[in-house]
Parts: sequence; structure tokens; C-alpha cells
Amino acid sequence: MKNIVKIKENFIGGNIEDKVLKFFIYFFSFLTLGVLAWILIFVLIKGLPNISLEFLTTAYKGKNHGILPMIISTLYVIILSVIISTPIGICSAIHLTEYSKPGKIVRLIRFATETLASIPSIIYGLFGFVFFVVALKLKFSLISGSLTLSIMVLPTIIRTTEEALKAVPNSYREGSLALGATKLWTIIRVVLPCAIPGILTGVILSIGRIVGESAVLIFTAGTATQGMDVSLTDSCRTMSVHLYMLAKEGLSLEETFATAAVLILVVAFINYLAGRIAANIKKGTMGV
Amino acid sequence: MLKRVKKWNFTVLLIVLVLMGTAIFLGCSSDETENGTVNGDLSSPSLNGRVTVIGSTSVGPLARVLADSFMENEQDVKIDIQEIGSTQGIQAINDGTADIGTVSRELKEDEKSSDLTEHVIAYDGIAVVVNCSNSVSDLTIEKIAQIFKGEITNWKELGGFDKEITVVNREAGSGTRGAFQELMKLEEKLPDGTKKSLITEKALIMDSTGGVKATVSGNDSAIGYISLGILDDTVKALKVSGVEPTVQNILDKKYTICRPFLMITKGEMSPQVGAYLDFIMSSEGQQMVKSEKYIPVK
Amino acid sequence: MTKEENIISIDKGIKSSVRGRKKILFELIVEKSFFLCACTAVLSIAVITVYIFAQGLPVMIKIGVIDFVTGHFWRPLENQFGILPMIVVSLIGTLGAVVLGTVVGLFTAIFLAEIAPDWLIRIFRPAVELLAGIPSVVYGFFGLIVIVPLIRNTFGGPGNSLLAVIIILAIMILPTIISISEISLRSVPKEYKEGSLALGASQIKTIFKVMLPAASSGILASIVLGTGRAIGETMAVLLVAGNTPVFPESILSPVRTLTVNIAMEMGYAQGMHREALFATGVVLFIFIIVLNVALNLTIYKKESRI
Repeated sequence: MKNIVKIKENFIGGNIEDKVLKFFIYFFSFLTLGVLAWILIFVLIKGLPNISLEFLTTAYKGKNHGILPMIISTLYVIILSVIISTPIGICSAIHLTEYSKPGKIVRLIRFATETLASIPSIIYGLFGFVFFVVALKLKFSLISGSLTLSIMVLPTIIRTTEEALKAVPNSYREGSLALGATKLWTIIRVVLPCAIPGILTGVILSIGRIVGESAVLIFTAGTATQGMDVSLTDSCRTMSVHLYMLAKEGLSLEETFATAAVLILVVAFINYLAGRIAANIKKGTMGV
Repeated sequence: MLKRVKKWNFTVLLIVLVLMGTAIFLGCSSDETENGTVNGDLSSPSLNGRVTVIGSTSVGPLARVLADSFMENEQDVKIDIQEIGSTQGIQAINDGTADIGTVSRELKEDEKSSDLTEHVIAYDGIAVVVNCSNSVSDLTIEKIAQIFKGEITNWKELGGFDKEITVVNREAGSGTRGAFQELMKLEEKLPDGTKKSLITEKALIMDSTGGVKATVSGNDSAIGYISLGILDDTVKALKVSGVEPTVQNILDKKYTICRPFLMITKGEMSPQVGAYLDFIMSSEGQQMVKSEKYIPVK
Repeated sequence: MTKEENIISIDKGIKSSVRGRKKILFELIVEKSFFLCACTAVLSIAVITVYIFAQGLPVMIKIGVIDFVTGHFWRPLENQFGILPMIVVSLIGTLGAVVLGTVVGLFTAIFLAEIAPDWLIRIFRPAVELLAGIPSVVYGFFGLIVIVPLIRNTFGGPGNSLLAVIIILAIMILPTIISISEISLRSVPKEYKEGSLALGASQIKTIFKVMLPAASSGILASIVLGTGRAIGETMAVLLVAGNTPVFPESILSPVRTLTVNIAMEMGYAQGMHREALFATGVVLFIFIIVLNVALNLTIYKKESRI
């Protein structure tokens, strides 16, 4: 009997190996958790005490170092980039999932999308600068920044929309088509409404990326701090850029950490929103 | 559910349209104001329009403080300040992107041209800084130059603790670095006219005053140089041959490591640009320069 | 939504859709415009390529492509443009970060997918997701204030070093590797696991001998995505690298990567120096394309094998 157990052990491998691997699993997991907690707690502890209502609601003028203009600029950049990229992204995804037939063109489009997704932001920054700012003469402006960013987040929206569209059961399409609806009608009235939560997740992911972006915006939207009333042709500074500039100018460590803490809270809120929507999809509350 | 989704879709569409409308309207209206200044009535007492200032990161904070108090009096003028870099400032003024270019060093020969006007708005001292825990507090210009050349590599040679010196430098092309190299004689002219930097290649390089300050304040064996305007108690400024880097000492010409802050304009100035520059050069403006720890011109 | 509602709406759809032939033309136009939208991505990548290459290639040819890529000295003000040290550092830094990040990330993903209790997952996963969304400047700042002094006090040297770069990049790519690996581990069919356990293999054996191989394509994808992020990261690296454009003598020497070279000097560069920075961008761009083609080929191979 003992022999059999031994043979079994040898066959499957010694227990020591198991234990070592198990140790590594626990060790590295807690290392990860530790590092993650360390970063979050470090920034929040240094930043939160410096956040005040005044800091959040006043302008960055003279001795007054509020971040309201940056919050407003961030909102503008988000809205504008999303307005530009979402329709294009959704239409691309519809083409890819509903209309296209496998072939060279589709592979080209997919390759382009994947490459767009992996281009470093500094290259987007360079491109936005030579193309939108200089060649199209849009100067450092909200519109240059948003256009560059919308190209950057396009792949995220295309991918998530595609996944959402693919998740819509084929029977819906077939049912609609069998009843005589045209293909376009089927897509607009049957497929798209079911995919809306998925698309929203994509949009929220994009917003997360826009909020965190600094390299692109420095070279395209500039760093001007004026203006609660930013117009399309005005230069503006988002929160991430502001954080970078603060770190760069080295004027105030407290302000830098406070801005970083605000940014982390914003990202946490966006993630929470995305999580809720994803949970809703899983539960099927959107009617699938 | 579908109906609800449909309604919802409609609302979203409506919001999007309204937002786009506002955005376009804002865009157009801002164009109008710009045109307004070009054809505007010059005799009108109040100015309006926009001034775009592009250039040095060192000049940025000062230009912003000055612009803020200028705009308090001239509500209709909007001043945009872009802190990107001195050379970008010159480029922007030449290609017309900016109304004013800011530069934190003397212009090079090939950058000067007849249609550019230089306005020195202030001087800025450059402080040589070390970590607060460093016991060395006074060095001669020669010793500092030797440290940056990499000839002195340990603090104990200067009477400090036994630690290898970490030199912190700025990036190639930086106005602060250019001025520092020139003033400390840390460059030599090559036969083809280009200047060779003598600062050790082992030096750490940071792309900003803040980066240098953060590095020096966290590294007990580091030495670097920063603009006097942002000097605070996170780092220790060295006395140079017994002279402390203060505004007064620079005014008295005792402390000599300093460089000009330039604003550059091209051709005819528009009235709002002229008014902004006049404000900076006025006694009120220069008083603000001084209170920001820069050295006034007058 | 209920089925009835669905049918009603479909019904409505038909009524309004069969109204006229014009609709068919309209559909065709919309279909084509979908196609045009899908081409935006291709168009964008084409324009980006053209503009970056147009700015960078001429100077590369002027300097000599070989001289530029294999030159040892970056002294822009003396017209010496060699980016070999930065290429090497970018590659070593990325490789180190990916190895470190993959080891730690993979074990963590296994923990999350197979071992961790529910309550821990509920804390752990949002934390990982949060870390994925934090701006890189924040990482850089954390690195500068925490990791750099730690390295200096433990190992000596200036602290701003290749090691700091590797550590900060590894932390930054952790969320990517953990999330994607965890998903692919979870999507391994239950039968695999149950079969292995039924045959008497231990839990650990099952994970390493059965589940990991089954999830390998997802894990590979996560590694490649992580590599892309590591090689393209700028702002965080800039703050911790020390940015000295020479060959590192050891892992504790200050270094400069390709991305940092661009971000750091762009604001002050002019003339040939500026073009050389675009040329640096071209080299980086080529790296990314090669990486992407490699990824595409591996996935394509995997798909065709299955």
C-alpha cells in the first residue's frame, strides 16, 4: 500500500514542489497587495489633508491655487473627445461585426485598431503637435487635444462595442429579419439597444484613459490655466497635466499630492461606475 | 424596456446636439472676439482680445502672476500662458503661434533677427543647492565648477561627509543650463562654433526645476542648480565665496550667477500686448517681480 | 424587456421599414458610411505614420541610419546624435519589468482565480483596477519619493537608476497582467480542472500542469500588452530614471529611455535636435509595430492550430 502511495507521489511529483509553488503564490500575491495598498495609502494620506473646499472650487490665479479650472477643462476634454470618438467607434464596430466579411480589408482594419491601441502616448503627443497644432493651424487648443485623444481612445470604444454586439444573441437578429425588418433597422432597433450597457463600459474606460493622460495634452492642448469659460480654440490644462506641471515647477508638494489624491478619487469613481454597469450586464437587467 | 431605451437614446442624442451646438457657438464667438481686435477701434478706452504667451517653464510662473493682476484691471483681455520651453517660445513667435515668446536665457546669434524685439522683464538668480543634511555650505565658483566637471567626486574633499557626490544637471537646451554653463565657465568653444558642455556625463538629468529640487531634497549627496524664484527650505542654497544668493546681493552685484528673463515680440505689437508689457515694466509690475523673489530690471 | 414588447417593436420596425424603396438606397448609404467609419482607424494610423516619419526620417538619413541607431553619444548641442544607449536601456528596462511583472502578476492571478476567498477578491480586484487607471505621473512621483531613496539607502549609488525604472514599470504593468491572466484562467473549461483533480493530481499540480497551459494564449496576450505599456511609458520613467544618456555601468546607474529622450528635450529642442527627437519617435514606433506584428502572428498561429 505504502508503495502505491509513493509511486503515486512520484508520478504526480513531490509534495515539496507543491509547497514551494504554493508559498510563491501566497508570497507574490501579498507582495502585490502590499505594493498596491502602499501606493494608494501613501498618496491619499499625503494628499487628502490638503484638499479643501476652497482648493476644489476656486481658480488658479495669483496666490490662489484652486483647481476648479482644471476640473472644468478635464470635463470639456472628456465630453469633446467622447462626442467625437463614440459615434465613429460604434459605427466601426457595427461594420466589423454586422456587415464585414472576413478578408484582407477587415484584417487591415483590425491590425490598424490594435496598433492604434499600442502606440505610446508620447507619439500621439508628437503627432497631435505636428498635425493638429501646426499643420492644421489649430494651435494649442481644446480642439487639438480632444481630436488627438479621440484617435487614442477609438480602439477602446471599437473593441468594447464589438464585444457587446457579439454578445447579442443571433436569434434576435434572425427573429427581426424573419419578420421582414431590413438589416439596418434590425441593427438600430434590436441589436444596438441591447448592446448599450457594453458600449457605455467602453466609453467609461475611455474616460478613464483621458483623465489620466498627460503626455498627449501637454503637446496639443497646452498648459494655460486661465478660464472657467474655455472655448474650442482656447488652450486648457487638465488635472493630470496640472499634476505634471506642479511636479515640474516644484512650487508646492502639498498641492501636488492633493491634486494626485483628487485624481485617484476621480478614477475610483469612474471604475465604480464601470463596475456597476458591468454587473448590470451580468445580471441581465438590460433585458437580454 | 425597449421604449425606455428608445426614449433614453433620444435624450442622449438631444444632449449631444445641444453640447455640440454650444461648443460650436463658443468656438464661433471666440473667433469673433479675435477678429474684433484685429479690426477693432483702437481709440476705445478698454482693451479686449487675447494674448498668447508661449515659452520657458522658468518664466511661466512669474508671467502668470503678472498676467493675473493685469487681467484684474483689463477684464476683457485674456492672457494664455503656455509653459513648454524657451526654444519653443522662439519658434512660436517666429511661426506666429504666439504673441509673446518667453525665454530664460540670452538669445543665441542665429536666433536673433531684425523683426524680433527683446524685452528684459526681470533677472533670475541661479542658486546652487544641496541637501539640507549636507554640512558643506560655502564654496568658491572654481570648486563648484570642479564638482560639475566631475573632478571632485566626494564630499569629504570639501570638508563634508564621506559620500560620493551625485551631480544633478538639466537637459540639453534648457535655458537654466545654458546660463549656468556660461556663467560657471563649464563650456568650451569647438572650432566649428558649437559649444561643448564640460559637465560630467555621469550627472543625473532632470527636465525641470521642480525635478532637480525634488531629487536634491531626497538625496543627501546630491548637488544641483535651480532658479532663485522657487528656492525654499526643502533644499539648502550654497553660499558662493561667502555670498548668499538673495535678491539684494544680486542687485548689489555681489552674487553674479544670474540670467535675464526675456519676452520677445515680433513686428508691431497689438495694443493689448503693448499694455501687458507696459504693465510688467511699470513700477507696480516690477514690485511684483521683486516680491516673487526675482530681480527687477528697474 | 419581455418578449412581447420585443415583438411589438420588431413589428413596428417592419411597418415603418417597408414604406418605400428609398429606404433601400438609404440603407446602402448608411452601410457605406459604417464602412467609412471603420476606415478611420486605418486612416489615422496612416496619417500618424506619415507625419512621424516625415519629421524624423530626413534627419535620420542625414545623420546616417546606422550612425543614428548605433551611435554611443547623445550630445545634441554638439551635433552628436546616437541613440544606442537609449535603445539598449529601453529594451533591458522593458525586459526586466516584464519578467518581474509577469512572475509576480502570474502568481497573483492564480491566487485570485483559484485560491483567494471571496471577501479578499472583493477588496483585491477593485484595488488592481484602480491601479490600472491611475495616471502615470502619480507612479513617477511615488517612485521618486519612495523607491529611489529606498534603492539608494539599500544598494548605494544615486538611486535614480535602471533598477528603479524596472521596479516602477513592473508595478505599472501588474494590473494589466493580473486582470487579463485572471480572466483567461477563469475561462479555462471546468472539465479540465475536474478531470485533473479526479485523476488524483493536487490542486497546485492541476493549476501549473493543466490550467496554465490551457490559458497560455490569454497570458501571452497580457504579457505583450504589458510590454507595450512598459516600452511606451514616459512620465513615470522620467522621474525615476536619472536620465543620463550614456550606457549604464550597472543596474544601479542612472539611465535614459527612448520615450524620456523625446519628452524631456522636446520643449527646448530646435532645428536638427528637434528632428532627431522625432527620429527617436520613429525608432520607438518601429518597435511598437514589430511587437504588434509578433502578437498578431502568435495569435493567428494559435487560432489556426486550434
